[in-house]
Amino acid sequence: MEPVLLRARGVTDSQAIATYLAAGGYEGLKKALAMAPDAVTKEVLDSELRGRGGAGFPTGRKWSFVPKDHPGPRYLICNADESEPGTFKDREIMEYDPHQVVEGIAIASYAIRANTAYIYIRGEFLRWTRILEVAIEEARRAGFVGRNILGSGYDLEIWVHRGAGAYICGEETALLESLEGKRGFPRLKPPFPAVVGAFGKPTVVNNVETLACVPHIMTRGAHWFASIGRPRNTGPKLFCVSGHVERPGVYELPLGVTFREIIEEHCGGIRGGRKLKAFFPGGTSAPIMTASEVGVQADFDACAQAGTMLGSGGIIVLDETVDMVEVAANVAHFYAHESCGQCTPCREGADWCMDILDRMTHGHARPADPETLLRICRFSSNGMTICPLGDAYALPISSMVTKFREEFDRRIQTATPLPQKKLPVLPWLGPRPGFGL
Amino acid sequence: MSTRPIVAAPSEAVAEVVFDATMQERVSDVLRRYPTTRAAILPVLWLCQERYGWISPGVVRAVADRLGESTAFVEGVVSFYTMYYTRPPARYVLQACTTLSCAWCGGRELVEHLKGRLGIDFGETTPDGTFQLVGVQCLGACGTAPVIQINDDYYERLDANRLDAILDELARRR
Repeated sequence: MEPVLLRARGVTDSQAIATYLAAGGYEGLKKALAMAPDAVTKEVLDSELRGRGGAGFPTGRKWSFVPKDHPGPRYLICNADESEPGTFKDREIMEYDPHQVVEGIAIASYAIRANTAYIYIRGEFLRWTRILEVAIEEARRAGFVGRNILGSGYDLEIWVHRGAGAYICGEETALLESLEGKRGFPRLKPPFPAVVGAFGKPTVVNNVETLACVPHIMTRGAHWFASIGRPRNTGPKLFCVSGHVERPGVYELPLGVTFREIIEEHCGGIRGGRKLKAFFPGGTSAPIMTASEVGVQADFDACAQAGTMLGSGGIIVLDETVDMVEVAANVAHFYAHESCGQCTPCREGADWCMDILDRMTHGHARPADPETLLRICRFSSNGMTICPLGDAYALPISSMVTKFREEFDRRIQTATPLPQKKLPVLPWLGPRPGFGL
Repeated sequence: MSTRPIVAAPSEAVAEVVFDATMQERVSDVLRRYPTTRAAILPVLWLCQERYGWISPGVVRAVADRLGESTAFVEGVVSFYTMYYTRPPARYVLQACTTLSCAWCGGRELVEHLKGRLGIDFGETTPDGTFQLVGVQCLGACGTAPVIQINDDYYERLDANRLDAILDELARRR
């Protein structure tokens, strides 16, 4: 398919507003400003665009939840806190086509009648923070941002807000807390951000890629967008493929393509002619899939049907050489480090899983370990925690234990008793929580 | 190579901090972006880290005073996030990604190499204060693994030889 979101990749000077304008940039905003805000929302609703950040919630519906009669300010937040392991697509958009994001923000803000928008970007992305700031400034000088945009009477300010290192701030309510200058503790829902969001006001939080789709929907129409992919899973999607493939990278493909096509055709297959063992379909928060499931379609509904999720589209491919116990230990380390600590099942559970999996990796597995892992995961998933981080570690770990049980059992057969002295930290794993700077 | 070294203010110099006119102006510029003063905490802490190299207890007090917050509240914010240095960092902070894609695509070997070359472990600094090694979680550059962030910059598709050349160059510059 012809590139849409990545059409500027490889184009000279693609970040500049002149390049963007020459390619028809900001036409979508012009069109939107000539319409009623609700008509813009209706167009996005008709396109069946679903959120690209991970949850896959229909974007137009999210916008429509903002109360129409609310007197005070409302906010639009662009979530650029890209932190899900295996995900590096938003960075690609910001690198090659930052104006696409700025235009998407402007259209979305107009649709929900917000006069202030914030881009919440992860702290490590300083390079892309600068790129966005330059793009916003260019857009301001060209009259696409600021007061009375293109003479429409509509005002919009866009500010970039830099995070400071916390995976949890990609969760929308934690993001709002962080934006408000607090620790990034997720909020209980309801109330949903559309009603009580940033600074207590109605707020919509959309992912970078979601917003980047919006200008194209405006210029080319909802029906064009809906014709890509398959029903209820429409539009182009950025798939980030990493791990053991010949050609890792970001690929723009219609939703509904199979994982086999992505891995074998687009990415050139498994590196070194090895065999596929397993893959995470949408970041490590998504339950793992085995080689036999590679024929599943990469879209929201097909993944849900297969008992996993498309998530952010971060596909991590693992070849036959990997040890699943070690992979599980690595995943557990990530979530134990990133749990915010509010809810006991997540704070303690992720830590316990990490301890057990570390011990198993060291060769000291105990007969009860696999069942203990599954029990911990059961108590941390399906609504036991304020935000989905409880599920985000529990579902992948339990999927690894279930689908690769023989590898966990083999560890028990070859185990030696736990020595009395404290185990060293696995040298190749990250520091344990609390062992940062 | 454009990576700038961190120049961390000595502890004595930032035991008590008074914002000068330039800082005050920058803080005011940040404040006008938000409807509350509290929302300025993260950006103001970034301004301070840029200026002083790290967030000392004196910096925390100055930020709290300027924004009308308690020291405890600001301290709570600082300690939640991983990127604010609460001790003076080395000139170059090497942040090696230890998450799945990097770890399984050469990251583990790279970290071993780094530890051997520098003679330090995660969380430690070389005796001359040039390099500090930190193991970090996913940096969002999995397609170009393995990745190490040095101060503000990403270094991607690394191997031991390329990393050695980069470190040689950085070490020479001091």
